[in-house]
Amino acid sequence: MKPTDIKDPEYFHKVIDCQFACPAHTPVPEYIRLISQGRYDEAYEINWQSNVFPGILGRICDRPCEPACRRTRVEETPVAICRLKRVAADNKSSAADFTPEVPGQKNGKKTALIGGGPASLTVARDLLLLGYEIDLYDDQSKAGGFVRTQVPSFRLPEKVLDEEINRILDMGVNTFFNTYINDIGEIIDKGYDAIFIGTGAPRGRDLPDLPGRNEGDESIFIGIEWLAAVLYRHVTSVPEKVIVLGGGNTAMDCCRTARRLGGEDVKVFVRSPRKDMKASPWEIEDAEEEGIPVIDNHSPLEFVIKDGKLAGVNFDRMSATYDSNGKRTLVSTGEEPLFVPCDLVLLAVGQQNALPWISADSGIEMSDRGLPAVDLTTHQSSVANIFFGGDAAFGPQNVITAVAHGHQAAISIDLFCRGKDLDDREPPSTSLTGQKLDMHELLYDSGISDDKRSAVPTMDRVKSLHDRLLEVELGYGRKTGRKEAMRCLNCDMQTVFDYSTCIECDACVDVCPVSCINFIENGEEDDLRSRLSAPADNRSQPLYVSDLLPTDRVMVKDENVCLHCGLCAERCPTSSWEMMKFTYNSAQAGKK
Amino acid sequence: MSYSRPGFRHPNEPANDAGYTRRDYEGAVSTLCAGCGHDSTTNAIIQACFELNVEPHRVVKVSGIGCSSKTPAYFLGKSHGFNSVHGRMPSIATGANMANRDLLYIGVSGDGDTASIGMGQFAHALRRNLNLNYICMNNGCYGLTKGQDSATADRGSAGKKGVPNPYESIDLCELAIELGASFVARGFSGDKRQLVPLIKGAMAHNGLAFIDVISPCVTFNNTSSSTKSYHYVREHIEATNAFDFVPLQQEILAHYEEGTSQEITMHDGSIIHLHKADSSKDVTNRLKAVNSLEKEKEKGRLLTGILYVNPEIEETHDIINSTLRPLNTLTEKDLCPGEEILEAINSALR
Repeated sequence: MKPTDIKDPEYFHKVIDCQFACPAHTPVPEYIRLISQGRYDEAYEINWQSNVFPGILGRICDRPCEPACRRTRVEETPVAICRLKRVAADNKSSAADFTPEVPGQKNGKKTALIGGGPASLTVARDLLLLGYEIDLYDDQSKAGGFVRTQVPSFRLPEKVLDEEINRILDMGVNTFFNTYINDIGEIIDKGYDAIFIGTGAPRGRDLPDLPGRNEGDESIFIGIEWLAAVLYRHVTSVPEKVIVLGGGNTAMDCCRTARRLGGEDVKVFVRSPRKDMKASPWEIEDAEEEGIPVIDNHSPLEFVIKDGKLAGVNFDRMSATYDSNGKRTLVSTGEEPLFVPCDLVLLAVGQQNALPWISADSGIEMSDRGLPAVDLTTHQSSVANIFFGGDAAFGPQNVITAVAHGHQAAISIDLFCRGKDLDDREPPSTSLTGQKLDMHELLYDSGISDDKRSAVPTMDRVKSLHDRLLEVELGYGRKTGRKEAMRCLNCDMQTVFDYSTCIECDACVDVCPVSCINFIENGEEDDLRSRLSAPADNRSQPLYVSDLLPTDRVMVKDENVCLHCGLCAERCPTSSWEMMKFTYNSAQAGKK
Repeated sequence: MSYSRPGFRHPNEPANDAGYTRRDYEGAVSTLCAGCGHDSTTNAIIQACFELNVEPHRVVKVSGIGCSSKTPAYFLGKSHGFNSVHGRMPSIATGANMANRDLLYIGVSGDGDTASIGMGQFAHALRRNLNLNYICMNNGCYGLTKGQDSATADRGSAGKKGVPNPYESIDLCELAIELGASFVARGFSGDKRQLVPLIKGAMAHNGLAFIDVISPCVTFNNTSSSTKSYHYVREHIEATNAFDFVPLQQEILAHYEEGTSQEITMHDGSIIHLHKADSSKDVTNRLKAVNSLEKEKEKGRLLTGILYVNPEIEETHDIINSTLRPLNTLTEKDLCPGEEILEAINSALR
């Protein structure tokens, strides 16, 4: 193999698994270290810079970072990254409750944002800081979009939501609430320099063809619409028996909300096997802990109507078969349908984009699937000054992805307004800083904690089931937060090797607790992997290969389970190994 | 400075046939200087024990005084150990070995501990052919007292102080062959590919197996003017011959052309295959072994590998015809067999 090019910013970025997995590339280890030092304000600000909504995401993020966490490769559970973000938000001082400085002198460019969710708000923040004028249109009475209307308060209290959303609005957004745009033409005609569309995927899927759907209409609701109705207090109670159809996070929110509005017997039915459910495992656990059974392999056949009223649902029992490519087919087991009585059905079987207000004469090309044609990087549509982001761009995803879209769209809008090439984007800013304090001391705490993941304390269940506004999770306290923060392996502290000073004494090989360092004859990747001292079969993790050493060998390090404990650097007599902090910050609007 | 190692190991760390992982052969974290050759030698011992499926509780580690003699703390943390007086490792090893011949003995010493203060002890352990794996970590200086030249420092070699050594050096391997050791080898801490099989061969050997391991002192004797630096040793190393160590339980997979290899069957049935490049270097012949050493020395080369081996020489227990059982298994009946037996012995002496 060729020597690894560590100047490529993506090489060490990939080693920081959590940051690499995060769509917004938040510098996770850096803020976790700050939390461990009690520096909550700084931890919060790093998050705010990168993901805009630390308090919100610290509660409801989909956490792609956690399954990626290196710790899962040496023990069972990842660092509770998401909940640590909340620790920063919960413990920041009022000084950190800041409103950033917005230039007094506007730059004369006007941008319209349609939809007031996380993607639009991110665009607003990035562009306001550059002096843009921002008009925000939303059909609701408050900003926030999906996170406000569909995420129940027991998971995300309104106070937290308001704080982070208002911070952006207070930067000087011109808001037009309760304004539904009937035709994109209305906005185009206003002559904005750029238009950003972040209207989400607001339409909940229905099951219109199922027998009994029309007759039972009074007792059958679309989940996301029903959740919004609960928020606005149009719905304040539910009957005793409730069935929720669907296996995603919306289904979990529906069933837990129903439980709080008086539903004594709430059940979730899912067509597919449990392991294929879309809901996050922790959301399923939370629902089950509240006494809600989640029943898989049951597909609804019909809504059973008695005396003109919904009486229950008939289910077909399913089983999943997989072909040689792993493709799944669900087939009926042929058993008798199962009748489950109920008084209310909530449908949480998926969401769709809905852009009927985008007329053909706007010039925006749409695909057959009802999605706009949008460039994956620039987020530009077929109309040069119209951009898309969030669920509206590529279909339903999650909040942190919407934030990442917002940043990219803001970069594009800024480049566009300044007449620059949208594809000539600023690279991430990176740096590599030595961590050596003296012979045996590093600037960071390199000890490896053996602690298991701490459970998040929760509100008393009986109490929380009586009040849908009471937040269930209480969050880590400072002490537990620090303990959890210490579990972080500091993957941004890179092991940097200098082949020119190495005397091949093997000290690093001998001391490495996970046997990831080797001095061997070079070869192709497969061959090298087969000859390393410890199994190196995780191909998603790179091999770090050095230049040729005096003994005609090369140093090969398998990055897979490196603990970043720094022992190699500590035991190296010539400082050929050095622990260096790698910072990687994605570019934001206005840099180029 | 870290005094503890992280608790995690490679998740797919393999176990050996005895059911142990490499971790079971580890000891405490080394407090020697970073880059010390002794740490590598320590790890070679760990690797050899792991590969030979040695049971840690069946091992006795004995050492004297010095940097090298600290190392038994850094390997086989679950074995028996005794850190003895300076130069007296062979006495302690002899006593322990006499008491229990069933255990595996690893004696660690250094060039000061062996070639200076312990020379007398070294000589007598050799001539008795005690069943001991004697590993001398040889760095040519007294590292623990700031790097004065030791008795193995080559004439003209200069360490950190820069003053060339005016005295002739002692070649421990030649001495060992001369004094009756039955297995003599030399390794280099920076070459585990050779060192690990050497240690495995020594462990399979019945009798005194002496390994002189050139183990550079990074702090005091790794200078460009030293003959025991990493750089110098790598430039001047010469191997007797390549060899494979095939433990008893293992099937012989390699194929050897007739006449190109020499096969030495060890006492326990293991086999050492030597790939012969030069028939003058017959390692079972004492004279030729010493000749090879001297010849390479003349050329300024340092001969490594298996230098001499003779599995036929009797070890101490066989020589003195001692009991086959460890002393702790002997009962009162064994030790006081009764008047009849005493009478028989007495009458035999009349």
